[in-house]
Amino acid sequence: MPPDRARAVRLTTGIVLLLALLSAAAFMTVGARGSWSFVLAHRGIRLAALITVAYAIALSTVLFQTLTGNRILTPAVMGFDALFLLLQTLLVAALGGAGAGAIDGRLLFAGECLAMVGLSGLLFRLLFRGEGRNLPLVVLAGLLFGALFRSLSSFLQRVMDPNDFLVLQGRAFASFNVVDPALIGVAALLSLAVTAMLLPRLAELDVLTLGRDGATGLGVDAARLSTLIFALVAVLVSASTALVGPTTFFGLLVANLAYLLVPSARHADVLPVAVGLAVITLTGGQMLLERLLGFGTALSIVIDFVGGITFLLILFRTGRR
Amino acid sequence: MIEIDRVSKRYGEATVVDDVSLTIPAGGVVAIVGPNGAGKSTLLSIVGRLVRADAGRVRVDGLDVATTPGRELARRLSVMRQENHVAARLTVRDLVAFGRFPHNRGRPSRDDAGRVAEAIAFVGLTAEADRFLDQLSGGQRQRAFVAMTLAQDADYALFDEPLNNLDIHHAVALMRLFRRMGDQPGKTVVIVLHDLNVAATYADRVVVLKDGRVAGDGPPAEVIDERLLSDVFRVDGEVLELGGRRVITVAR
Amino acid sequence: MSAPSRPLAIVAVVAAAVPLVAASLVTGGGYAWSDVVAGDGDSALVLLASRVPRTLALVLSGAGLAVSGILMQMIARNRFVEPSTAGTVESAGLGILLTLLLMPGAPVVVRMTVAAGVALAGSALFLTLIGRLPLGSALMVPLIGIMLGGIFDAATGFLAYRFDLLQSMGAFGSGDFSIVLRGRYEFLWVIAALVAAAYATAARFTILGMGEAVATGVGLDYRRLVVFGLAIVSVVTAAVVVTVGAVPFVGLIVPNVVSLILGDDLRKTLPVVAAGGGLMVLASDVAGRLIIAPYEIPVGTIMGVVGSLGFLMLIFGRRHAA
Repeated sequence: MPPDRARAVRLTTGIVLLLALLSAAAFMTVGARGSWSFVLAHRGIRLAALITVAYAIALSTVLFQTLTGNRILTPAVMGFDALFLLLQTLLVAALGGAGAGAIDGRLLFAGECLAMVGLSGLLFRLLFRGEGRNLPLVVLAGLLFGALFRSLSSFLQRVMDPNDFLVLQGRAFASFNVVDPALIGVAALLSLAVTAMLLPRLAELDVLTLGRDGATGLGVDAARLSTLIFALVAVLVSASTALVGPTTFFGLLVANLAYLLVPSARHADVLPVAVGLAVITLTGGQMLLERLLGFGTALSIVIDFVGGITFLLILFRTGRR
Repeated sequence: MIEIDRVSKRYGEATVVDDVSLTIPAGGVVAIVGPNGAGKSTLLSIVGRLVRADAGRVRVDGLDVATTPGRELARRLSVMRQENHVAARLTVRDLVAFGRFPHNRGRPSRDDAGRVAEAIAFVGLTAEADRFLDQLSGGQRQRAFVAMTLAQDADYALFDEPLNNLDIHHAVALMRLFRRMGDQPGKTVVIVLHDLNVAATYADRVVVLKDGRVAGDGPPAEVIDERLLSDVFRVDGEVLELGGRRVITVAR
Repeated sequence: MSAPSRPLAIVAVVAAAVPLVAASLVTGGGYAWSDVVAGDGDSALVLLASRVPRTLALVLSGAGLAVSGILMQMIARNRFVEPSTAGTVESAGLGILLTLLLMPGAPVVVRMTVAAGVALAGSALFLTLIGRLPLGSALMVPLIGIMLGGIFDAATGFLAYRFDLLQSMGAFGSGDFSIVLRGRYEFLWVIAALVAAAYATAARFTILGMGEAVATGVGLDYRRLVVFGLAIVSVVTAAVVVTVGAVPFVGLIVPNVVSLILGDDLRKTLPVVAAGGGLMVLASDVAGRLIIAPYEIPVGTIMGVVGSLGFLMLIFGRRHAA
């Protein structure tokens, strides 16, 4: 890479990460009242959740877009959140509210993650077996399974005991304001594990941007790499969904902003900036909403809304070219 | 050499490649021609290990393409398909640099940078080296992808209908390039072509496919004749000798 | 397969219709037919005030949505487009929210009109988008549509949250016909007129489905026809969503099934599509009333399951044909 471009990348990354740090610090300190230990505990947990989610969503979206060769798709449309909801619903329906409530949330989460990875891996493999290169098919199928699972959950919820439903409600409908602290640790660990698997493969991932055939021609086992990445995406999306529920357009917003700011197509360059932007958006956004506008509970809605508008703009921009 | 041994491929009911056996010796330019649906692209994809054959084997310099690890094969074999669309914003140099991946696994060296520059110069894109692909014309973009293949420096370079969507000026420029590639010692270029005249002009050897089978194999002087036109292409024409080369004209 | 005769299709439709309509009128308990025949006032009331309107509402909604689907498929030239995969339903929802926000006391007609207007704008936006984007695969189109719908949903959700209208909006979410009573569904009759209008212009829409170039070539006013088609779709969608909520996938499954059997000539297939749509929604509702009787599962949920499975079969079936 020409030196001035490398410098530009370094500069951008530095600025973004600095802003992210400042944003996080501000989140912890602005408007804080009471003893430090209290603030640290209370806000610290929320910050940990936000950072974990930011990381997971930024990473999963960029990876997914490399996989699909498309910058307007996001893994969130693939119905992972619906599968999550269905699994929770099935569990409560099968074991009853008391039975399901007795299981440790973290164990449950890990188990569900596994189930989601397994199922999505199966879907992916099945569809790719016939050398079908039809990515839109995979994504659309995922989306439809999502619709299916959502309807099935809805059906089961109607049929179940109202008391059981209350347990389900407490468990399954997470949001940015209702985060189960026990899950943060598991989610963070999973994100770290994913990163560890990702780091040695970054160069191959870069080659994957040339498409399946292009990558194969250069000696990369595109089929195997794609399946692995898909599984990693599934893990990351599961983690963030379990923590804060579904977020459809946030990843899109952050990923495309990163592509805009970073004059490089390498994942090693884009990913850190994407993560930084995600952290800034979430912590800064939450702070803005809480302190300035009094909409403390609206983060996911606002983010989805803004992300959606950005998505539309991106679509129009792509079309104009 | 490339040994294609009884290769077959079916898509549903249709047998697209039917028990094809062929030996392509190293060196020069080989053109694969044939009517629509003859199986040319499929055969090329099988040789380039992009598609798995239902039966038979393909060996490149003794290595079985289906079982040899990708990285080893990529140093000897490169493939360029018809569709070349990349979502990411890459400059010409970025793209061509990918061609070195089989050799450096993502850790570029000084030597790689030099080879990349050479490849870019070979296709005449030095002035555009740092521009983004989407800022180039179709012909330039095509040449950038060819440069990537050049940088890969494989002994056997396969190209699937590389002249599609190119005007005559760019098509000729590209064919001249392929000719120069093929003239380099130890390099073989295999191109699937639509245009018989192009094949006759630039290829050392022409392989004809029809209905998934080999219907001709040899130097243009032997293969391209009236019988080819009428039997394989079902067209009424003449083959003329102009300036030492075969030229085809068809009746109106 | 050679195209089977239309009379056969008509016979099939009627054969399916009779038991379904009867079932719809009967299902749900509350009275016995013997009572009605005997002239029992209460039983007759249930029949006339609830069952008959409900049955009519189901058939009208289903027919309207199915026809909307096929019209959109002709306009977008894509088999997978219908009001719930093009953002139409969601924009109608946004329109409803706007009326709740800005004209809270407005009568239903006004609500429907605004909803139809916003739905029209949303569908136009969708068409513009797919016209401009390098799509590659036909499957990208419904994907874009669904994501666009998600954006409208997000916008609606945001405004609803901001102005405390979340609960009021809940009623328009998933299609539920249990609220249908005489006096509260009559606006759906506009669908009958719209379906008739679509039938009258069926030939033109068939030509439209071959593309702008072909349509203009034979002298059709392409733009006017597209707007006309979208207007029908928007009004139907608005009427259904305002009255009973969203019923997904009808406009996708029915036209595709009919197309497989009878082809794509709208003059022949439109009546069958309309009837098929009506019957599908009717059947789903009856099933919803029976599965966990005496409780009901809303049509929206049933169609969600059936529709997504059907859609999956459609896209996978296509792959093998390719």
